[in-house]
Amino acid sequence: MERKKKNGRKAFVDKRSCVACGCCVKVCPMNAIVIQKGIMAKVDLEKCIGCGKCAKECPASVIEICEVAE
Amino acid sequence: MKRRWYDYLWVLSLIYLALGFFNILFAWLGLICFFVPLLIAIGAGSKAYCNRYCGRGQLLGLLGGRFGLSRKRDVPKWLKSKWFRYGFLIFFFVMFFQMLWNTYLVFEGTENLKQAITLFWTFKLPWNWAYHGNLVPPGVVQFAFGFYSIMLTSTLLGMITMIFFKPRSWCVYCPMGTMTQLICKARNGKRELSEQEGY
Repeated sequence: MERKKKNGRKAFVDKRSCVACGCCVKVCPMNAIVIQKGIMAKVDLEKCIGCGKCAKECPASVIEICEVAE
Repeated sequence: MKRRWYDYLWVLSLIYLALGFFNILFAWLGLICFFVPLLIAIGAGSKAYCNRYCGRGQLLGLLGGRFGLSRKRDVPKWLKSKWFRYGFLIFFFVMFFQMLWNTYLVFEGTENLKQAITLFWTFKLPWNWAYHGNLVPPGVVQFAFGFYSIMLTSTLLGMITMIFFKPRSWCVYCPMGTMTQLICKARNGKRELSEQEGY
């Protein structure tokens, strides 16, 4: 998936800095995020609508909403 | 969003903190917050405790979120760096073992029971009103004072960063969170990370 083309917005997690706290999971209205194996958050891009709630909630601010070409 | 029973565990966190003001022996209950996350991480290889059951995280989220006590700013980069997170974990461990050593000295009879709470590992506050008798050995009571000091200090640290940064910024450098994530990494391998290279 190519980023920065104006087709839609999706959440992307900086996997190296994610602390796997799960705050994003709780606020996602689409249930699009899971904490994988206690290591980091993973966003299901099919479900993600790019609302940005997760990015706002993330205590480490490691989630970014980017525009993507679908 | 539908609320579940574990969304109310912040109440227990609050009760725990309050009980320490009345009877210090309740501090022993805090060991649950130490052992449960570790057992889940070791046994199930997940951070379900942080993700669902952490009452302190919920409490900070509630105070900073619904009660609006947080500036909701990003945490500084150094605070989320691995150096700081691992460094704080090591520091926390060292101070924890120092507390255990002090407890041992009281158990052994070398030192007398100190009815005080040490805040931020430095400031000693008299806490004698929360101890009411000689029913249990002094070492048991000393551990309670020491453990409650750790719990109160970490809650206050969490509240300070809650005010300045995002409500649950404590989760970024929480030693239990860092430790359980390390356990999960060791247990589940880094395969997951490489699989995610392209997200």
